[in-house]
Amino acid sequence: MIRLEQVSVRYGQGRHSMTAASGISFSVPPGEAFGLVGESGSGKSTVLRAIAGLIPHAEGQVVLAGQPMPKQRNRAQRRLVQMVFQDPYGSLHPNQTVDQTLASPLRIQGLGDGEQRIATALREVGLGPEHRFRFPHQLSGGQRQRVAIARALIVAPQILLLDEPTSALDVSVQAEILNLLVRLRRERGLTMLMVSHDLAVIAHLCDRVGVMQQGALVELTSSDALATGAVQHRHTQDLLRSSAGYDIRA
Amino acid sequence: MSGTTMRGWLLDPAPHSRRQARFGRWYRAWLSFQSNSLAMAGLLIVASLVLIAIAAPLLADPNAATLQNLAQRLQPSSAAHWFGTDELGRDVFARVVFGSRITLTIVALVSAIVVPVGLGIGLPAGYFGGSIDAVLMRLTDIFLAFPRLVLALAFAAALGPGIENAVIAIALTAWPPYARLARAETLTRRNAEFVQAAVLQGASHASILARQIVPLCLSSVLIRLTLDMAGIIITAAGLGFLGLGAQPPAPEWGAMVASGRQVLLTQWWVATIPGIAIFITSVGFNLLGDGLRDVSDSRSA
Repeated sequence: MIRLEQVSVRYGQGRHSMTAASGISFSVPPGEAFGLVGESGSGKSTVLRAIAGLIPHAEGQVVLAGQPMPKQRNRAQRRLVQMVFQDPYGSLHPNQTVDQTLASPLRIQGLGDGEQRIATALREVGLGPEHRFRFPHQLSGGQRQRVAIARALIVAPQILLLDEPTSALDVSVQAEILNLLVRLRRERGLTMLMVSHDLAVIAHLCDRVGVMQQGALVELTSSDALATGAVQHRHTQDLLRSSAGYDIRA
Repeated sequence: MSGTTMRGWLLDPAPHSRRQARFGRWYRAWLSFQSNSLAMAGLLIVASLVLIAIAAPLLADPNAATLQNLAQRLQPSSAAHWFGTDELGRDVFARVVFGSRITLTIVALVSAIVVPVGLGIGLPAGYFGGSIDAVLMRLTDIFLAFPRLVLALAFAAALGPGIENAVIAIALTAWPPYARLARAETLTRRNAEFVQAAVLQGASHASILARQIVPLCLSSVLIRLTLDMAGIIITAAGLGFLGLGAQPPAPEWGAMVASGRQVLLTQWWVATIPGIAIFITSVGFNLLGDGLRDVSDSRSA
């Protein structure tokens, strides 16, 4: 469903350019949840944005659902991939009600039956009709993130990208959102790609995990291997140790 | 619907329709605006100005504003002429009342030009950046480099005197700050995640600008416009004073002040009454703008 072949992303041009990710290759079969972990600045969000088409990749190929993605994607290609952002406070338009936020992707994609779709989308993410005409400032962080998930899923994408979707939320709300994502993935057969620095979050949702360091993918492993500590690369071992937090030398 | 249920409907935390949500939002903004007494005073002044302009023929005899009566010239305040008469024997009260129409026309026309031009230059500059930004902003800088009244004078002199040309001259000098403001507002929003979400949905640049960014820029642009109104009115009056605005016998406030300046010490009312009108109107718009700014600040906080 997602296949990356030697993808590199550079910011800037000429002498001032900076390579944020280079030579990234991995693939995610349909219905799988794949996690990308790494420290901040390791390039994991850059890879996610290149897959989403928010930033152009300089080299290599991004293949989604069998189609190589061009620099400028068309509307149908846009619909394949949707994304949930990290900050539920910045990802919803402050002047638009939940209803408007959900109606605009339907309008852009030319999907009919809006009334029904919006009601269903809200129900699926665990929000009621009473939330539909509220503004973002009348919602809690967890509710906002649910709206963001509903907005991503309302166009029925095949791939859902998650950029640290729980890191801005309270711990109790984090679990609710993660369980919601697990359920939605099961019900809809979604392919998911999640970026996080939190290994526990990744292990909860993902089957396989890619570890990134300084713009390169250093290890492909499974979340079972993360749980048992059966990882190969030094950097992955460092990440595991620092997330466990009991290592005095770290 | 009684008062309390109406209020409950407007303040319902869980509105049932788009309309209710929108009205509720406006009502909350109104409540916050209402609690600011200076802002309410500004609103009152501006609202009365609009009412006076609309009801001018009811308040004063339409002919009196331009009817010359040299036998009655420079009369002090009396029952027949509340604010006295000017050097051509025209009723100052009628002229001030009808002058409000000219002032409001200028203000409305300038706003109608300045806001679209400012947004039209500032939005693409902020959104696309790069060379588009550089070209549009240098153009703005050129206009900003001239003192406003002097540039307006030059335009008015070149275009010839008259209200339309005064409006064009004022608009040409008033738009650059709006372009800058719109650009700054756009810059802070163009990388917002809700804009990226719209990109992912497949929205075009035009649609992102119109639906995501303009609504957020518009409130600060309108507040700026209200605060600028005083300056626009004074510039218009200044052009009128110098004979480059409305032409006689039109009862333009600035021109009225000019005509009264020879007799300022002996027949003070000829120049002072329109001067007071300019002053009150400017203060009214300023207070209104301040109030609107407070409301929008408290909402974004």
